[in-house]
Amino acid sequence: MSFFGPGHGACPGCGLTIATRNVLDALEGKCFVANSTGCLEIVSSQYERSAWGVPYIHSLFENVGAVAAGIDLALRALKRKDEGKVVVFAGDGATADIGVGTLSGMFDRNHDVIYICLDNEAYQNTGNQQSGLTPPGSNTTTTPVGKLLPGKLGNKKDMVAIAVAHGIPYVATASVAFHADLRRKVKKAAEIEGAKYIQIHSPCVTGWGIDGKQTIQSAKLAYETALYPIVEYENGELTRVRKIKDRKPVEEYLKIQRRFRHLFTHPKGKEIIEMLQKIADDNAAKFDLDV
Amino acid sequence: MRKVVRGFYSVAHSVKLCRPNVIAAYPITPQTEIVENLASMYANGELGDCEYVTAESEFGAASILVGASAAGARTFTATCSQGLILMSEVLINAAGMRLPIVLVNTNRALSAPLSIWNDHQDSMTLRDAGIMQIHVESNQEAHDMIPVAFKVAENQRVMLPFIINMDGYKLTHAYEPIELLEQETVDEFLPPYDPPIYMTTKNPLTFGCYAPPHCYAEFRVVMQNAMDRARNELEKAYGEWAEITGRNWGGHIATENVDDAELIAITMGSLTGMVRDVISELRNQGKKVGLLKIRSLRPFPAKEIRNALKDVEKILVFERAVSFGHEGPVGIEVKSACFGLTPEFYSFAVGLGGRDIPREEILKIIGDVYDGKVEQGFHFRTVKPFEEVIV
Amino acid sequence: MKVRITLGGVSKPHSSKNMKTGDWGTEYPVVDEETCTACRTCEYLCPDSCIVVVEKDEKKVAVPDYDYCKGCGVCFSVCPVDAIRMELKEVYKLEVC
Repeated sequence: MSFFGPGHGACPGCGLTIATRNVLDALEGKCFVANSTGCLEIVSSQYERSAWGVPYIHSLFENVGAVAAGIDLALRALKRKDEGKVVVFAGDGATADIGVGTLSGMFDRNHDVIYICLDNEAYQNTGNQQSGLTPPGSNTTTTPVGKLLPGKLGNKKDMVAIAVAHGIPYVATASVAFHADLRRKVKKAAEIEGAKYIQIHSPCVTGWGIDGKQTIQSAKLAYETALYPIVEYENGELTRVRKIKDRKPVEEYLKIQRRFRHLFTHPKGKEIIEMLQKIADDNAAKFDLDV
Repeated sequence: MRKVVRGFYSVAHSVKLCRPNVIAAYPITPQTEIVENLASMYANGELGDCEYVTAESEFGAASILVGASAAGARTFTATCSQGLILMSEVLINAAGMRLPIVLVNTNRALSAPLSIWNDHQDSMTLRDAGIMQIHVESNQEAHDMIPVAFKVAENQRVMLPFIINMDGYKLTHAYEPIELLEQETVDEFLPPYDPPIYMTTKNPLTFGCYAPPHCYAEFRVVMQNAMDRARNELEKAYGEWAEITGRNWGGHIATENVDDAELIAITMGSLTGMVRDVISELRNQGKKVGLLKIRSLRPFPAKEIRNALKDVEKILVFERAVSFGHEGPVGIEVKSACFGLTPEFYSFAVGLGGRDIPREEILKIIGDVYDGKVEQGFHFRTVKPFEEVIV
Repeated sequence: MKVRITLGGVSKPHSSKNMKTGDWGTEYPVVDEETCTACRTCEYLCPDSCIVVVEKDEKKVAVPDYDYCKGCGVCFSVCPVDAIRMELKEVYKLEVC
């Protein structure tokens, strides 16, 4: 039996659960999991219906960085560090918005924690509200498409840059589309002492408006359009990127998702698509992604 | 060993002897010196198997202790006022998760307006949280109660967070001759933390589950049961510790001169000392007055309080906080314990925001109530005449 | 029957296994065991950990666990040799009158 599930309540085709499974498999279950409130926690930790096969704690929404720091300190004080690695699973809202304070504190003190941000680009558990990591143009219930507004107008917060700025030894992005790469990154993080941040792009079938059969395809398109660069930083230096052969225009990614479909008909849609294409072009330039 | 030390040192020294595993600190006046003293001890290698960190906020500090406690560590922090309220979400969460986190709250008034001085408004707001609370009247009592807090909180039939309230500045910064405990004495009373369950790969449990309506209510009944068991365990611990140290602070309440009293004054915290002194003066004048000091606030000793007050004619409560829109919270609690009895009831909010409480004022208050010169009900005292304006 | 209330609401590991989510989906995957190369891509990517490569008649093939399979179609979408097809469940084969 794997270290996570089956029998959990996630939507069919949920990207978060694919990411979680692969992280736990890469660590061979030798880990302590701290999980913030969110989809993953709700589908897997109902009383007497836990899908977890590893020691797990859920506390609150905004404190998972600190809770993981506490587990790290306890293991150090009680001389039990060899029992396993401390891993955090937190959504994009819990990471970039409400929990960014405790996350910063944990990074700053360089606790020996692997912090996995499961990025499904909105507060999906409460029904798709915008978060700091929601990309511009997204139709969410708190940035809905209306006669005036074409969805979210703000940017996607650069959590990778924030993590790198804290001077932690390892920062990476990954995607469920590249499961072997994801596992390699987790294994690598497990070998490093200190705070590690891995942001995993995890499509949400319900929130993005895609079918389970498109989960992996949409994650792949996010990479292929350079909207979600797959990169790796070690000790502050960019050491590895996943290059893109024949980069696709952003429309290919946007048109298959209900949350972006309005961009093709809304009066302000065209300028948003151009903005997104520019973001993709800037990513490609910044990380030298084009082969 | 007897030494003249400041209140915050007596707390830090006692915490050190309890062998904590994880201390998460965050500065806030007037408790900062407690965590500073612990930091010094840590820097000198005096804390043994302990990890000490300064967190990024009180919220972070409490959350660190949640993770650490769940992983099997004995945990401690100190805070007050804004910090206590900030970490209240986490402490309530810890109570529900049955984690025995111990903290010292150096009672301080709440903002706004900002005040760093002493009253009980901060801890009063957490009465409903499922967290145990006691009040101490002196630094010696604070020093003595820390091992009791760990012992009762970690009792497998209890497993709840524990707050020791001590008045900010009035106790924390005061010099007092303290009989400092010895390591052997504390070790005899307080065994190492042995949680019935904790996070380990050897037994991978899931902590902090969510409970749908079909089972949540029973969790709340269990919380109440834990508090009921705590009532017995706390009283037992008070007695056991009194035997070992030779200092008996009483049980959930401590009463003096109540047997034939016509009026009983009720206090909590450092004000007790002065009220005791005033009562002894009034007794010399032939006035039949007595003192009831509440030590345990949660679990609330309703039975003991009712027993002590059942024959008295006048109850006088000294409040250090206000439940705005109603009256003083201690009065509300005492009245609930006395439902059905028919004494006269008076409560006075004094010393809010650290306002000085002169001895003459206490003398006048008790004297006036005794002589029937005051109306029943809730009153503010130690306030000046004022007028409300806009600007 | 008394409700079990654990200390702090802890739960035992894998206590979700009595939630048989197999009745959720309208479709279910069928693996063509001849074509399957046992590459394990479906096994790594199933969100519900319910398709595993096992040895069957001396050949390694992917076998779905219909007790938990939600019919999401991820395995179908990632199989590099198209060995999986999605079939509509009998109960959903409705006739339009």
